[in-house]
Formats: sequence, structure tokens, C-alpha cells
Amino acid sequence: MTSLTSDTAELPPSLRSEVSCAEPSMAGVGDYIALLKPRVMSLVVFTALVGLVVAPGHLHPMLGFAALLCIAIGAGAAGALNMWYDADIDALMARTRGRPIPAGHVKPGEALAFGLVLAGFSVVFLGLMINWLAAGLLAFTIVFYAVVYTMWLKRWTPQNIVIGGAAGALPPMIGWAAATGGIGLESILLFLIIFFWTPPHFWALSLCRADEYARAGVPMLPVVAGAAETQRQILLYSLVLAPIGAAPWLLGCAGAGYGLVAIVGGALMVALSWRLRQAGAGAAAEGAAKRLFGYSILYLFVLFAALLVERAAGLQEFGRVFT
Amino acid sequence: MSLVMSEPPTEPGIVLTEEQKRRRRARSIAIALALGAFVLLVYFVTIVKLGPDVLKRPL
Repeated sequence: MTSLTSDTAELPPSLRSEVSCAEPSMAGVGDYIALLKPRVMSLVVFTALVGLVVAPGHLHPMLGFAALLCIAIGAGAAGALNMWYDADIDALMARTRGRPIPAGHVKPGEALAFGLVLAGFSVVFLGLMINWLAAGLLAFTIVFYAVVYTMWLKRWTPQNIVIGGAAGALPPMIGWAAATGGIGLESILLFLIIFFWTPPHFWALSLCRADEYARAGVPMLPVVAGAAETQRQILLYSLVLAPIGAAPWLLGCAGAGYGLVAIVGGALMVALSWRLRQAGAGAAAEGAAKRLFGYSILYLFVLFAALLVERAAGLQEFGRVFT
Repeated sequence: MSLVMSEPPTEPGIVLTEEQKRRRRARSIAIALALGAFVLLVYFVTIVKLGPDVLKRPL
């Protein structure tokens, strides 16, 4: 008795695909967790938590936990749908070829079904348990990431991660909407911080992976416009990001502690972008890009953590809600 | 017709390898845990949202 899997290689190609549909899955639990992009999910959960906690009003901790769980699963579902659609690109890049679909652990159909079911469940239960505004924003986020960014922008324009970054910027607004049932000016500020943070963050990474993106045919900015133009745009976005990062303090929504963190952090972001621009090309530029990429993660984390600390310490009421 | 149907199948069908069985069992356990957690989540959210009123609803 042999397994069906080993027999399929002897079948004619016309029958192989039919048999492969019936093959038992070799996916492990870890493969399904990997489909959810847990590292991206951790950023989504953290920023959504900040939006939820700093919002005015009070949400029962159990409901807050349920809201975060739905947001996390919704973000994971979007990640699974992204991996389903991008499996051909992922297989060509060293960074992504170990993902479950190109590695052959999970079949594309399984990933698609997994993503669709989780997306549906997360949106419906966020609506039923919390409110439908938050659920609508979550649904918009999933569709924007999986359809607008993954299926359309990513393979079409070097502005893919600029526009697509809106999906990653929405979680604090979803958290805010979950806590208040509305959309506040402050939650829009949180959205803008992540929105303008995404291009310098992602382009710093793509500068180091330009060859792979070119091989996969993805029109990332360094591939289409070159390293020098990417470095220039990184600097421009950092110059916009720094004041936007400080905006919650400038507008009186956040306290002096946050203001200090935002000013120092923003200045460092600009300084590292400037050094990347000055580095030009070669190993020095790659090192500068890696430093900026690593720092950008720390910058966003510290910025949002400062809001959390101020709120937890009762130093600052972040803002009022406009329903 | 009935004679054919009563005969035992001659094809072995899909036979799982030990690794496939192990992974299927792991997936089944994960699904069971997720379902259990989901039931608990719905239970506690219901209690939180309805509070004592959960006992006062019309039958």
C-alpha cells in the first residue's frame, strides 16, 4: 500500500491536477499560523490596542479583548488572501519562498478558503459583539489589502505601498471605533502617522531587495526609479512624517511626554533618512537602509507606546469622539 | 446490482502516511481548541453585554 501522493507523478498531466485535489493535506498547524503573517499581525494588534485604549469612554476589558481578537483574525485573513494571490511572486523571492504555499505545505485553495472564512467570521462577529462601524472598517481594511493592494496596486505601480499603506494604517481607527462607535479627529491622526510612516519603512527594506523584486516583476520604487530617487522620496516622506508624528501633541490631544518622544524620534527618522540619501550606493547605502528600516519599527512602537503610557498613567485624555 | 454493492472494495483508496496522520491529528486538535475558545468567547461576551438581564428575557 502506497500513499496517493507518491503515485501522482506517474499519472498523465491531464489527470494529475484532478488527483492532487484529493491528496491529503500535508499542512501543519504552524503553516496555517504562518499564513496569518503573525509579525504583521502583532503590529496591527498593537496599534489597534492603542486606538482602543486611548479613545475616550470605557469599553469592558472582555469586549476590548474580543474586538482585538477580531481585528487580529481579520488582519490574518487578509495576510492569508495575500499569500494565496501572491504565491507566484513569493516563490521567486528568497525572503518569501519559504512561505507555506510556495514551499508546498499548503495548497492555494486551502489558503483561499482559510482566508475567506476567517475574514467573514472576524467581520461578522466584530459587528455582532462590538459595533458595525468597527466591523465595516475591518471589512474595508481586508478588501483594501487583499484586493486593491495585492491584486491591483502591487503589480501595477511603484506607488503600491503608498496607497496600499492605508490598509496598515486603519487598525487604530478600528480600535477607536470599537471603543467609541465613532471616528475622531485623533484617530485620523493615528491613521496619518502610520500612513506616512509606511513608505520610508518599506522602501528602506525594498532598497535591500531590489534585485529580488525586479526578478519577480514587482514594480517597487527602487526597481522602477532607482535607488537615488527612492532615497530622495524616503527623505521627503520622513520630513512629512516627523511633524505629523508630533501633531497629536501640537493639537493638544497628547501630553508633553508624547511630544518629546515624537520630536526626538521624528528628528532621528529624518537624520537616518538624510544619511541614507548621502550614502549613495554600495554597502554603505545598504547598511544605512537597514538601519533606517530597523529604526522605523522602533520609532512607530515608541510613539504609540508613549500614548499608551500617558493614558495608563492618567496624564492625558487623548481626545473627544465625533459620532 | 445488489450483488455488486455488497462486494468489499478492491481498491485501497487513499491511505495516509504516518506523517499525514500526525499532521491531520494536530490540525484536528487545533480546530477543537479554536472552537472551544470561540464558545467561551461568545459565552463571556454575552454575559458582559447582557449582564443580569440574561435571565430576564422573555421565553
